[in-house]
Amino acid sequence: MNKSHRVPSNRSLSAVEVKSKFGAEFRRFSLDRSKPGRFDEFYGLLQHVHRIPNVDLLVGYADVHGDLLPINNDDNYHKAISTASPLLRLFLQRKEEADYTFGTNSLTRKKNTVLSAVLLRPDANRKKPPVLISLPRDFRPVSSIIDVDILPETHRRVRLYKHGQEKPLGFYIRDGSSVRVTPQGLEKVPGIFISRMVPGGLAESTGLLAVNDEVLEVNGIEVAGKSLDQVTDMMIANSHNLIITVKPANQRNNVVRTGGGGGGGGGTASGSSGRSSDSGASYYGYSALSGVGAAASAPSHIIQNFPAGELESDEDDEDLVIEVGGEAEPIRRTLSNYSMPSLPRYEPHLNLRAASALSINANGLLPASGSSGSLSNAIAPSTTPPPDRATKRRSLEEEGTVITL
Amino acid sequence: TNSPPHDSIKSKTLEHGFPHQPSALGYSPSLQLLAIGTRSGAIKLYGAPGVEFMGLHDENAAVTQVHFLPHQVELVTLLDDNSLHMWTLKAHKGLSELLEIGRFTLTGPPGAPPSVTRVTAVLAHSSGELLLLGTEGGHVFIVEVPGFRELEERNISLDQVASSVPDDYIGRRNLEHVETLQENPVDPNQVVIGYGRGLMVIWNLEKQQAIQHIPATQQLESMWWTEDGGHLLSSHSDGSYCRWMAGGEDMNEEEEEKSDIPYGHFPCKAISKIIQLPTEKGPPFLLFSGGMPRASYGDRHCITVIHSKTHVALDFTSRIIDFFAIRDPSALVVLVEEELVVIDLQTEGWPVIQTPYLVPLHSSAITCSHHVSAIPLKLWERVLAAGDLQSKHYSKEPWPITGGQNLAPDPPQRDLLLTGHEDGTVRFWDASGVCLCPMYKLSTSGVFHTDADPNDNMNQGTEGEWPPFRKVGCFDPYSDDPRLGVQKIHLCKYSGYLAVAGTAGQILMLELNDEAAEHTVEAKVVDLLQGQEGFRWKGHTQLDVREEPVLFPPGFQPFTLVQCQPPAVVTALTLHSEWKLVAFGTSHGFGLYDYQQWNNVLVKCTLNPSDQLAMEGPLSRVKSIKKSLRQSFRRIRRSRVSLRKHHVNNAAELAEMELAPVQRKIEARSSDDSFTGLVRTIYFADTFLSDSSHNTPSLWAGTNGGCVFAYMLRLPAAERRTDELVTAQPAKEIQLMHRAPVVGIVVLDGHGAPLPEPLEVAHDLARSPDMQGSHHLVVISEEQFKVFTLPKVSAKMKLKLTAVDGSRVRRVGVAWFGSSRSEDYGESGLVVLTNQGDVHVVSLPTVKMQVHYPCVRREDVSGIASCVFTKHGQGFYLISPSEFERFSLSARYLVEPRCLVEVPFRTGSATQRRPQPDGVSSAHRYKSFCVSVFYSDLKPTISSKSAARRVMEHALLNDESEYRETEL
Repeated sequence: MNKSHRVPSNRSLSAVEVKSKFGAEFRRFSLDRSKPGRFDEFYGLLQHVHRIPNVDLLVGYADVHGDLLPINNDDNYHKAISTASPLLRLFLQRKEEADYTFGTNSLTRKKNTVLSAVLLRPDANRKKPPVLISLPRDFRPVSSIIDVDILPETHRRVRLYKHGQEKPLGFYIRDGSSVRVTPQGLEKVPGIFISRMVPGGLAESTGLLAVNDEVLEVNGIEVAGKSLDQVTDMMIANSHNLIITVKPANQRNNVVRTGGGGGGGGGTASGSSGRSSDSGASYYGYSALSGVGAAASAPSHIIQNFPAGELESDEDDEDLVIEVGGEAEPIRRTLSNYSMPSLPRYEPHLNLRAASALSINANGLLPASGSSGSLSNAIAPSTTPPPDRATKRRSLEEEGTVITL
Repeated sequence: TNSPPHDSIKSKTLEHGFPHQPSALGYSPSLQLLAIGTRSGAIKLYGAPGVEFMGLHDENAAVTQVHFLPHQVELVTLLDDNSLHMWTLKAHKGLSELLEIGRFTLTGPPGAPPSVTRVTAVLAHSSGELLLLGTEGGHVFIVEVPGFRELEERNISLDQVASSVPDDYIGRRNLEHVETLQENPVDPNQVVIGYGRGLMVIWNLEKQQAIQHIPATQQLESMWWTEDGGHLLSSHSDGSYCRWMAGGEDMNEEEEEKSDIPYGHFPCKAISKIIQLPTEKGPPFLLFSGGMPRASYGDRHCITVIHSKTHVALDFTSRIIDFFAIRDPSALVVLVEEELVVIDLQTEGWPVIQTPYLVPLHSSAITCSHHVSAIPLKLWERVLAAGDLQSKHYSKEPWPITGGQNLAPDPPQRDLLLTGHEDGTVRFWDASGVCLCPMYKLSTSGVFHTDADPNDNMNQGTEGEWPPFRKVGCFDPYSDDPRLGVQKIHLCKYSGYLAVAGTAGQILMLELNDEAAEHTVEAKVVDLLQGQEGFRWKGHTQLDVREEPVLFPPGFQPFTLVQCQPPAVVTALTLHSEWKLVAFGTSHGFGLYDYQQWNNVLVKCTLNPSDQLAMEGPLSRVKSIKKSLRQSFRRIRRSRVSLRKHHVNNAAELAEMELAPVQRKIEARSSDDSFTGLVRTIYFADTFLSDSSHNTPSLWAGTNGGCVFAYMLRLPAAERRTDELVTAQPAKEIQLMHRAPVVGIVVLDGHGAPLPEPLEVAHDLARSPDMQGSHHLVVISEEQFKVFTLPKVSAKMKLKLTAVDGSRVRRVGVAWFGSSRSEDYGESGLVVLTNQGDVHVVSLPTVKMQVHYPCVRREDVSGIASCVFTKHGQGFYLISPSEFERFSLSARYLVEPRCLVEVPFRTGSATQRRPQPDGVSSAHRYKSFCVSVFYSDLKPTISSKSAARRVMEHALLNDESEYRETEL
């Protein structure tokens, strides 16, 4: 299907030469610098060329400074492609076996490559302590800003992910009074405020909540008219999945809905996605940083440090019943998965692979044996990416862009 | 100032017990009604048993004086904010109600200091039209009532009086405030004005001039005009009293007839009030309060009664608020801070008359309560008989206060309220009707060795002692040993078995015996730790059991005793009289005891090894809660007072005070919180625990850590019950993920109805449970209601409470709500009181929120903690240490006073007394009123009389059938 779109392999300036190392094996192929495609496609390609379709990979590349940097989303993928000159050196590892550390000087420290020796001045090297970039799996789901599209700009709805962490929620609330605008004019009404952050606690680490923020809602229920103790109990009862809507005391960091932010997200996404949406781009732009500054520079659409969907299940349902003499079984009303998937962010690839399998099947190249493992048989001698995005995926699906050893 | 929010459940009906902090007493001889004002601004009227009224001033100020207008149905109250209030007993549709009809504050001339109008003495004139108000400034203002119209031209100013005071009177420069005003009993035109400095002036109201000056030189405390109008008695701050001749026109200083310091020689305290009560023949009674020798008996609260040669100093249990005497029959009514005492002055020895209302529930602090509905007649009579033996020392005279007519019908059933007390007693109260009457008192302390000296109370009343003290009253807040405190009670009304559990881990099993018996009570020690390591109990030791035989009077007699080790407070208790098993829990675990074989069946340790607090247990949780409750009570009281003061002084300061930051930490509950092992609830059920075809007896226990343990019980066949052992096998363990304390467990039968009580079916008083359909388990935690299927425990339904509105379940009960449309139809529901003080009704078996009412103030922690629900949708909670408020959610079961007070005939001061049909027993006759509305519209409305009667008839029929069925 659409084979006519395939561009013949041709080394030119527009092509990026890729040398991918997985274990002791190397694969070489090339990509079109101007049309690199998406990261998930690239990722599929890597699995494909190394014939490791079911292996979860960590993808790293050596940048011009000799640093080993990760490729795990569209942005850093594009960055890697655009800076490759001309060779892009990739280092693949099994996720569970990963021993590289991303960050500046990482590659240098690991093995004294010529690259770094040439390109970096020794003194500059000494002055700057290496910056380490953690892997996504080193992050825990911490917090997210949700419902940006339906809330007034002065409010912020923050979700704190408590489950599965030892970190305490870690904040205090107090009584106070706030001023409301009513038809009768300004009115002083009692309110609930964040009074203190526990250092090192979850609330503090998110950077989304601050002292003197007024708490307006807890899990969708207004706190107006409720006592401090009531609100405390509500929060504790919802602590496994706490969603609090606050009116930040500092209104300068509010999400601006029109115009977009400067981060990796892109303003056009504003208001488009509901609470469940997430993207690699946004968490990339956010999770490496933290604090209010990050919030300020964050993209204007959903800011979420981790995908939300898998936490929707109501953990209350899972009371533990021990039949004496038997073994413990959690009670479940629904089939919802309670434990967090280890790699939720790669879900899109699963979709991709499923789609690939389908296409392959349609072409009669493969028997319909399910998505997994199907790509390993479908290697075709193509070296360049397809000319346009719309067809790229299909070409990938059909032949891949494969090189020999 | 704002009054405290009086959020009230619509059907809040009654207050039982003794008013907290009484501050004023009034009596109307013509209405024969007693009135008590309190420091929180309540006013309560009592007449014949069942005749009671209550009113509340909007101001949060203490009532300092109460005066009935003579021969009227009005009364006037003075508050400590100097406001006067007029109340009337208005009849409406044949029933009287207490209504406030006017308020008034004296205004002085512009620029005058507030003392000029600060009221210190009130006289309600016998005309019923005038009120004389004496003030701190020494003036007497005259006001027309009930409209509160000032009659300025008749005022008696200090200048008018001072000008005529004899020049040689040493105190003439400053007469001080008006201490008292009295009217001449035979000449309404004459009043006597008593000034603080000691001077008394008899004033003619008509001529507006002084008739006579009585120049006493001691600080005046009170005055009394004798009935013939011939003499005046005055009492003074030095402990003396004087008798003066009244009526002499001349101002002779030597009119003092007799002066005496009754307990003299050494300095004495003031005689705060003196009265003289004439008798038909013979000498009058002289009664006065105070006057005790300051150094030796200055701390006693005494009223001295002198009648011819008899002289007794009645020694009360708490401060005397006020007292009055009733003439016919002669009786002395004394209001002290903690109780009302009525003394029969006609009978030799002046015995106390048992009060039918205003009972001091708190004579020892209430530590728990338990309500049992619909008591079978047989048990009722046996308890009454046991109680009668205990009240032999009371006077046989009928209750002397008989005003008003009680129109309420008889109660539909016999209800019992049991209160456990700090001193180890359990008191049985008849809670069927308007009057909460004492029935019987059980003491558990006899089983144990205590520090108390049994002869402690014997050495009073020694011959020749002076003053001749006699202790009266039953308020006794001092506990011999706090370990005796009763924490849990469970009574089986069918078998008469009673389980009482206490502070030191003791569980006593008692049975009702009409004869006295002497035997030893054997103790069985149960080790709840089960070898748990690293434990050190630092709390109190267990109680020592008497090894010698103990004589038990007729009534409930202990026959076996379980002592938990460590001796922590018992936090859960239940009794199954059919299986003859009692189950109990503490902060360390729970146990099951077979009281037929006196054998311990099961012990389970629920202790979490990381729980240091429970491990060491220097203070048990319940104890610490209690302590904090007391403190918060004090704080509330204190803050009320200070709030008021602050409001007067500085409103801004108050605003600042309110803004004082209170912080709350937000942290998820973890499994190593303290006291996760504390057993909160324990429950027996005959249900499907292991498979769906065979039901078995089972035991369920829920802990503070959100854990439920279920055990399958195997009971031997009835004929081998005494030989074969009962066994218990662990069957299930449920850990609630939200880890909130489990406060209730209920099993529902195939119809979704709660399983009946033990023996209920055997006595044909309940439909046998449906064993065909599948049973359900309802677990009530502080935060959620969850329904699980049985025998496979899988979650079916739930209702979240805390996550939704932030309130937590504090008390829960199962109640049956009857329908008015169909006599047979009714529904069961859960009745829940939250920490916000709201009462919720949750439907069964579908846990759905039905209705909710605000009930208790959320700040009233002890009120919420004390709440008990009845099986018919009523409830009781403590509104003060001494008073129960009664409320009803059920339209069918409602107890409230219905009474009528009529305007008396003005035929002179001696009013005819209503004949009392049956003497003292009238005190034990109650009334209640039923309305019939189905509960799904739960708003209790008072239906028409006929409907009420219809329900009544039905209720009575029920009652009769119960008589038949319950012969044991």
